[in-house]
Amino acid sequence: MTSAVVREISAELRGFREVQTLAYECAEAVAAQLKPGVTEREAARMQRQWLRERGVRDWFHLPFAWFGDRTAFVNFRVPLQFFPTNRKLEPGMPFILDMAPVYKGYTADIGYSGCLGLNPVHDKLLADLKAHRELILSEVRERRPLREIYEDVDRLMVRQGYANRHRAYPFGVIAHKVDRVRERRLNPTLFGFGTQSLKGLASDALHGHRDGWSPLWSPYKFSDHPPRPGLWAVEPHLGFRGTGAKFEEILVVTDSGDPEESAFWLDDDLPHVRRWAEGI
Amino acid sequence: MTDLMRLHGARERWVRTGGIELCVVELGDTGETRRPTVVLVHGYPDSKEVWSEVAARLADRFHVVLYDVRGHGRSTAPAPLRGGFTLEKLTDDFVAVIDAVSPDRPVHLVGHDWGSVQSWEFATVRRTEGRIASFTSMSGPSLDHFGHWIKQRVKRPTPRKVGQLLGQGAKSWYVYMLHTPVLPELAWRGPLGKRWPGILERVERVPAGDYPTPSLPSDAAHGAWLYRDNVRARLRHPREDAYAHAPVQLITPLGDAFLSPRLYDQLETWAPRLTRRTLPAKHWVPRTRPDQLAAWIGEFVTAHEEKETGVLAPRTTPESRYADRFGGQLVLVTGAGSGIGRATAFAFAEAGARVIAVDRDAESAARTAEMARLIGAPEAWGETVDVCDEQAMEKLAEKVAAEYGVVDVLVNNAGIGLSGSFFDTTPEDWKKVLDVNLWGVIHGCRLFGRQMAERGQGGHIVNTASAAAYQPSKALPAYSTSKAAVLMLSECLRAELAGKDIGVSAICPGFVNTNITSTARFAGVDAAEEKRRQKKSSRLYGLRNYPPEKVADAILAAVVHNKAVVPVTPEARGAHLMSRFTPRALRTIARMEPPL
Repeated sequence: MTSAVVREISAELRGFREVQTLAYECAEAVAAQLKPGVTEREAARMQRQWLRERGVRDWFHLPFAWFGDRTAFVNFRVPLQFFPTNRKLEPGMPFILDMAPVYKGYTADIGYSGCLGLNPVHDKLLADLKAHRELILSEVRERRPLREIYEDVDRLMVRQGYANRHRAYPFGVIAHKVDRVRERRLNPTLFGFGTQSLKGLASDALHGHRDGWSPLWSPYKFSDHPPRPGLWAVEPHLGFRGTGAKFEEILVVTDSGDPEESAFWLDDDLPHVRRWAEGI
Repeated sequence: MTDLMRLHGARERWVRTGGIELCVVELGDTGETRRPTVVLVHGYPDSKEVWSEVAARLADRFHVVLYDVRGHGRSTAPAPLRGGFTLEKLTDDFVAVIDAVSPDRPVHLVGHDWGSVQSWEFATVRRTEGRIASFTSMSGPSLDHFGHWIKQRVKRPTPRKVGQLLGQGAKSWYVYMLHTPVLPELAWRGPLGKRWPGILERVERVPAGDYPTPSLPSDAAHGAWLYRDNVRARLRHPREDAYAHAPVQLITPLGDAFLSPRLYDQLETWAPRLTRRTLPAKHWVPRTRPDQLAAWIGEFVTAHEEKETGVLAPRTTPESRYADRFGGQLVLVTGAGSGIGRATAFAFAEAGARVIAVDRDAESAARTAEMARLIGAPEAWGETVDVCDEQAMEKLAEKVAAEYGVVDVLVNNAGIGLSGSFFDTTPEDWKKVLDVNLWGVIHGCRLFGRQMAERGQGGHIVNTASAAAYQPSKALPAYSTSKAAVLMLSECLRAELAGKDIGVSAICPGFVNTNITSTARFAGVDAAEEKRRQKKSSRLYGLRNYPPEKVADAILAAVVHNKAVVPVTPEARGAHLMSRFTPRALRTIARMEPPL
């Protein structure tokens, strides 16, 4: 009986892992094609096309691309500024590709940071993200309230000398829940977000509101609860004087009593993790 | 004999050209080491000895060449004088000198005042192409560029351009005087020549000593022909092809009484490879700022020497708008491990300054230094010192002077927070907060300020006070007292150091989102309550979310514009206005209980 449950869960996780891998493959493929003069809009379109060709029909959100100081959300005031612009990529510029495709009903939400050529500051930011990935996992395993984990991540950033840039996201979230989405023939988007996914998020928010939790992991009071089982797309985003870097990947939280099983990263075979393992 | 010949390894030689003899002095090695040759050209009314301080500082790294321009110092004068000082003839002299001292290798040219005016000619005429590796210009525009500058403004006289014309026109009064016949010669050989050293010392703040040299009256009398032979001709018919064929470093003294900084507004069109530097000083920078000049010249020469040999040092080009002012300067920031101090260290690093990050926490000081190097500081060091420890500060001052040099900008920023009613504040609390917030500043000013003053080449001290320095509050008696003291100390020190060209600024930030709230002490409450209040105040400051980076920008601007008191956040500025115009309203606010 138990083994059947485990297998069922892992079948589901496999689905999520598959789409996350697909999304990171897309990011690496698009990043490899970026060259000076490519605009954010073109980079976003390249991601969209790459994924559509491989069967993606719906989105949690449409692909984003940020170049240069837009990776650190410099002077962002309104959410519309997140959308890709005609900013051109230049040598040495950092960039971030952020996409959330839905594939066979499974959602991924990933963020890929890179830079065109040499950029020591960007390399440093990427290297320092490692500590955040470890901190988040260990504190989720301790079942600390999400709001406190958020503050600890914040403190680590300040200690490192960085600014918290995920604060700029809607509701200042460092993470949000993702879930399975029913496949439809028509998949409209609203302000860049897939309506199906928004519906799922809204219903989670409603249920959570009743039970005292929220699908958004924010610095606010509504996140003052222990981690909720499910899949969380975690996206710490560092900013340092016009250079930004983030990763985004799915953290699986279960209600298992075993700390190792209670929370784990969906997949460790990701570009940024490989990079750290290679010691760059 | 002047102090030049007393320098180690000084060699004198004579170069004959066009019927005159030029006195040339060489310093530093020429032999097997093949060090780059730097040619220093003096201005008017000067002789090559104007460069003695700079030359001495360059001689250990470069082959330094100085010569007396014809008619000046020990070089002979052309006869007749009229027509003997044209830029063409001066170029002949220069070519003859470099043929003699560096026949097979391009030289690095440095000119001040008329030395720079003629060097612009050298760097823009065809016949010296390939002979000049770089050119550093200070206080001397190209007459051709100047001519075009005037033409542009006369042709399209917008109010601003007319203002610029009139401004420079007024600064050029001495040029008109020099065009009168005989009188200038009489004045220079008579009373003016006698009084000139005193005038330089009083008005231009040139340190007294063995400069100007005894040849001054005849230098000045002959040199009048520099103006008469060239100014009218070139301003009326400026050359159209005066493009620099070498990379140019332009050093602009902002307090120059004779030249407006606006003259160089479109210089990039004439010198595409242009590096700009500015410094707050008067006209005679070779006498008043030798350290800074030697550093900038050395850096520029080295950079372009590397380029020629094909070995390019990996150098991140600073993009900050203050890079011209702080490039290569030594900046010390206390409390640089976090908050405003760290942001300030980063801002200076971005402007290309060398940064010493001081903090009592070793790890965060080292981290600041590491990140500073990444974003543009050529060098950065982390130092672990508690600013209220007198001996440790003295040791730091000694170490800095010995290993890094004299600090150009000192930022006394380290501070701690203390809140609570006056009767809850224990004597230990008082001692702690005064030790860090006031004594830390006193030690910094005392030790590093003295080094600055003794060097006598200017500098700047920034003290981080607070809006609490003029905004009373019943919740912050000790903290406000300490900061008010810092504010007044800064004002007094500013008055005292004004005569030494050292500016002092007090920064009053206001509510800025830093970790001062989470480390602040709350007097009169137990540990748990203190923790809660730290958290609450951190959260409130977080909601206000005024970033320390903006305070850092204000600090750099305060140094550049030499401001006395700088309130930063809108609430700090509001309170500052209220303290001057409606102090009673401010006192009412002081009675309110903070929402903690």
